[in-house]
Amino acid sequence: MPHAPEKRSNAPVFWLLFGAGGTLSALFGVGLILVTGFLAPQGIGISADALSYENALAFTQNGLGKAVIWAVISLFFWHAAERFYLTLKDMHVFSDTGRRLLTYGVAAVVTVATAGLLLAIGFNQTM
Amino acid sequence: MTERADKTIELRVLRYNPEADEKPHHQSFTVPYTSDMSVLQGLQWIKDTVDGSLTYRWSCRMAICGSCGMMINAEPKLACHTLLRDLAPGPVTVEPLNHFPIERDLVVTVDDFVKKIESVTPWLIPKHPKPVSEGPYNQTPAQLAAYENFSACINCMLCYAACPQYGENPKFIGPAAMAILQRYDGDSRDGGSALRIDAVHGEDGVWGCTAVGACSDVCPKAVDPMHAVNQNKMNTALDYFLRFLKKRDAK
Repeated sequence: MPHAPEKRSNAPVFWLLFGAGGTLSALFGVGLILVTGFLAPQGIGISADALSYENALAFTQNGLGKAVIWAVISLFFWHAAERFYLTLKDMHVFSDTGRRLLTYGVAAVVTVATAGLLLAIGFNQTM
Repeated sequence: MTERADKTIELRVLRYNPEADEKPHHQSFTVPYTSDMSVLQGLQWIKDTVDGSLTYRWSCRMAICGSCGMMINAEPKLACHTLLRDLAPGPVTVEPLNHFPIERDLVVTVDDFVKKIESVTPWLIPKHPKPVSEGPYNQTPAQLAAYENFSACINCMLCYAACPQYGENPKFIGPAAMAILQRYDGDSRDGGSALRIDAVHGEDGVWGCTAVGACSDVCPKAVDPMHAVNQNKMNTALDYFLRFLKKRDAK
C-alpha cells in the first residue's frame, strides 16, 4: 500500500526559476555575449554607438527594457544558484541552511537589488 | 559443429558467506569459454565444476526476467546479457549490485526496492467504474506511446546500482519506481495521479534526483527513468502551485 505522504518539498519554486533561467540562457545567453561583448563594441554589423550611454539609458528607462534586463540578470542567477546548490549538496559542503543562503540567498539579493536599481534609474516620460 | 572452449578468462568474483566470513573478499576462477558464452554461463560453469557454493540469482537467460543484475567490471549489467568475449582478455570483476546489502556472494537484499515500487501504486486505477457491457477501453497510438517505454521495465535494479543519489541517500525513491509510476500515470485509462503525486512530492521523492542520467544509460531495456523523473518534476511543480485550485476527494 502507498506509504504516508512525505512532506511536500518547496523545491518546485527553485526548480522552476532554474528552468526559466536555463531556457533563457540557452536561447539568448550566447547571442547576448556575442552582441554586447564583440559585435557592438567592434561595430561589426551593428552601429558602434548602439550601446552608447544615451542608448543604454533609454533602454533601461523603458518599461519593457527594464523587464528584459531584470529577467536576464535575475533568472541567470537563479539558474546558476540551483546548479551550485546541488553541487555543494553532493560534495557535502556547509550545512543545508548555509548552502541555501550562499546560493538562493545570493540570487534573491541580486533579484531585489536589480529591481531596485532599475526603478531608481526611473522612467523616461517622453517615451 | 560445436565450438571448442579452448580460450580462458579470469573471473574475479566477490564472495561473502555471512555465517563464515567477516567481510566480503574476491576469489579468482579461470573459466574456459566459447564466443557465445555470457558472464552468467561463466558463473554456471564455476558452480557446476569448481565450487557449488557460489550463489547468484538467475532465471530466464535472455534479459527479460531481471534476476541476474550484477556489477561487471564495476558497471551494472545483466550477467546473461554480457558476453565473455567482449571482456577478453580479462580479468573480469564480478560483484553484487552497488548500493544494496549483500545477502550472500552475488545475491543482494531487494526489500527496499520492492517497498519503493509498492509505494507508487503500480496498478491502474480507473477514473470511473466501467462495466464489461460498455466494451473495452480503446487507446490511440499516441496514448500508447505516452507510457509504452516505461512499461518495458523488468525490475532488474541496475538503475539503482548506477544512481549516485540513491547511493548517497537510501530513502530516495529512485529511478525504476519513477519509471513505473509514469507507466501508470501516463496511461489514458488511469485516474490515480493525485495519489501518486502525493507519494513523490517530497525531498526524497522526485526532488532527490539531480538529473545525472546514469539510470537511463545502464537500462538494459532502453527505459528512460530520468525522463519519467523530469515529467514528474513538472507535474509536482504544477501541483505545488495549482493544488489550491483543484477539487480533491475528501479522504
